Amino acid sequence: MLKSVLDWVEDRTGAVSGVHHFLHEDIPGSSGWHQVLGSVAMFCFLVQFVTGLLLALNYAPTPPDAHASLRFILTELTAGRLMRGLHHWGASMMIVVVVLHMLQVFLWGSYKKPREATWMLGVILLLLTLGFGLTGYLLPWDNRAYWGTVVTTQITAKAPIAGPYILRLMGSEDGQIGVQTFARFYGAHVLLLPPLMIMLIGLHVFLVRRHGVAPAPVETAPQKKFFPGQVFKDTVAIFIMFAILFALAAIVRVPLGKIADPTDTTYIPRPEWYFLFLFQILKFFEGPMEIVGSMVLPGIAVALLFATPFLDRGAAVKLRQRTFAIGVVLFAAIGWGSLTYAAMRTTPHKDPWQNFIPEDLAAVGSFRQGQCWQCHGVTPGDSKAGPNLADIAVHEERDVLVAHFKQHAGNSGLKDLQLRQLGNFMRKLDDESVAAIASAPENIVGGAQLYMKTNCGICHALNGAGGKSGPPLNAVAKRRDRAWMEGHFADPQKFSPGTMMPPYKFSPVEMANMLAYMETLKD
Amino acid sequence: MAEEMIEKRRGFLVGSITAMMGAITAALGIPSLGYLLVPPHAKKKQNWIEAADLSKLMVNQPEQVLFQRVRRDGWKVVSEKAAAWVVKTGEQQVVAFSPVCTHLGCAVSWDSGNKSFVCPCHTSSFSPEGKVMAGPAPRSLDRFDVRVDGIKVMLGEVKQSAEG
Repeated sequence: MLKSVLDWVEDRTGAVSGVHHFLHEDIPGSSGWHQVLGSVAMFCFLVQFVTGLLLALNYAPTPPDAHASLRFILTELTAGRLMRGLHHWGASMMIVVVVLHMLQVFLWGSYKKPREATWMLGVILLLLTLGFGLTGYLLPWDNRAYWGTVVTTQITAKAPIAGPYILRLMGSEDGQIGVQTFARFYGAHVLLLPPLMIMLIGLHVFLVRRHGVAPAPVETAPQKKFFPGQVFKDTVAIFIMFAILFALAAIVRVPLGKIADPTDTTYIPRPEWYFLFLFQILKFFEGPMEIVGSMVLPGIAVALLFATPFLDRGAAVKLRQRTFAIGVVLFAAIGWGSLTYAAMRTTPHKDPWQNFIPEDLAAVGSFRQGQCWQCHGVTPGDSKAGPNLADIAVHEERDVLVAHFKQHAGNSGLKDLQLRQLGNFMRKLDDESVAAIASAPENIVGGAQLYMKTNCGICHALNGAGGKSGPPLNAVAKRRDRAWMEGHFADPQKFSPGTMMPPYKFSPVEMANMLAYMETLKD
Repeated sequence: MAEEMIEKRRGFLVGSITAMMGAITAALGIPSLGYLLVPPHAKKKQNWIEAADLSKLMVNQPEQVLFQRVRRDGWKVVSEKAAAWVVKTGEQQVVAFSPVCTHLGCAVSWDSGNKSFVCPCHTSSFSPEGKVMAGPAPRSLDRFDVRVDGIKVMLGEVKQSAEG
């Protein structure tokens, strides 16, 4: 039965002999484990294609719905977190594999005649892969996505002559990014890049077949067939890669941050790790020299990559004799590594709770005081009697939540106002606030509760919330030291004569908490 | 002998390739099915909406009422207009029919001459009790959950009527 179906397909289409021809290609006797990376890269693309398609089926590609729909995918859909995790980590995985593939080809000198075009197509595929990363970065529409893309667009805007046009091409007006930029990035990410990528991968594979797998300089072993020996090696490599990717997606949670806020001046934008070295280079070039870092150096690097087969025209030699190539790779690796390391080191670490308004940070204190953690887990996988807050979205009205608090934590000493504020906080629940519940230090949360209790926010603004009659408190720790603040609370007139601020008599514990809170306000 | 060894090795390789590819397909495929087929986790809640005034309804005289309701639609909460055919069946008893024909979803209206709900699409008609009288409709009109609170007629969720 199967045979007659296959015979029919073969007779009408030739597909069976086509596959047979593809699998039974002759490959050099020296082929082996070092040549599996191309197949792994292609498989990475396949995973991105499938998971990207699945995400798109539940995703609203326009702000601010983009954020809400991704949140919906993460909290409401079965395996939604897994799909997003696979797509997120798969992007990084693909960059790693593509670069490793290129390094292997480079070190073995496989780009030499007649394979120059295969190499150059490969460079284009690398750039397309980076293009996917760049355009996909914006799509979650959280602060990280938004501010990262602002920096990217600003860099390209500085290109001589073409700058304004590139900016316009990216849908940006006056340096702002909004729905137009989003639409263009999304369009590029799902409509332009995938078909382009598929066509060029096809061409790349066609050229590999046309010229045959690159042989060793001296082939001693007889030729072998691609199937099953090399296919087995490729499959093992793909399997290992996929197992790592799956474990990452299942274990390491990719947070969805707060929805993009163009007015949030406290957010510190950083690009994805594979662009950090470019980000770091920009620090070395200031003023008119900036385009050296943003355009000239990356341009030269890409040009050198393209030109590699023409710069190195010598006869093929063994890997061990390719000292110059090995030197280039080591030099590039050290350069890339130290730039990336420097960028990571200079990235100020900021816990999510440091961006909270005092009311929300105090709500974390109410959560703890009300012992809500008795029933509700706040870390993934922590199963308790009530729903785990790390896995759900809260849809209830605030009054419903307050009634729930009163019923379950009625004797915790929390006031109605605090319960309402906890309700507000819960309605905004997201990955960052859940992380804050788990990690915000006790004394700082205590400081925030005291801040709310003494109504500091009537006069002072903090993270954008509060009154304007007193000085804003962001960066107060830069302006004043601990001793000054302690003295100022007790006797404001002594430290700033004529101030409207009344003296506050805090207990020693309260004072310590308040000062700890104030000392976190560094920017 | 050597031939046999090569055959065995080949069998092992082909088997391993199939197994690994199968495992990857399952690891991607099974979650994908869950992702596409399992409904969203959040449970729907009964939301009572005041839709009519009992004192203004006449017994066995269907009245169309329009009301605003809040519905969760995927990642959105939408406030939308909805309609119901409300029939007072006793002193404190009210039934409310969904105006959606159970055949293909056209809006039914009350034909006071024939004392029946009629569908404009494929001529299904329903009795004042919502039972199918004629046409291709497969089951009675769906009903809202109804609660009468004094003179307030409150509507809840639509419950699908039984087959037949």
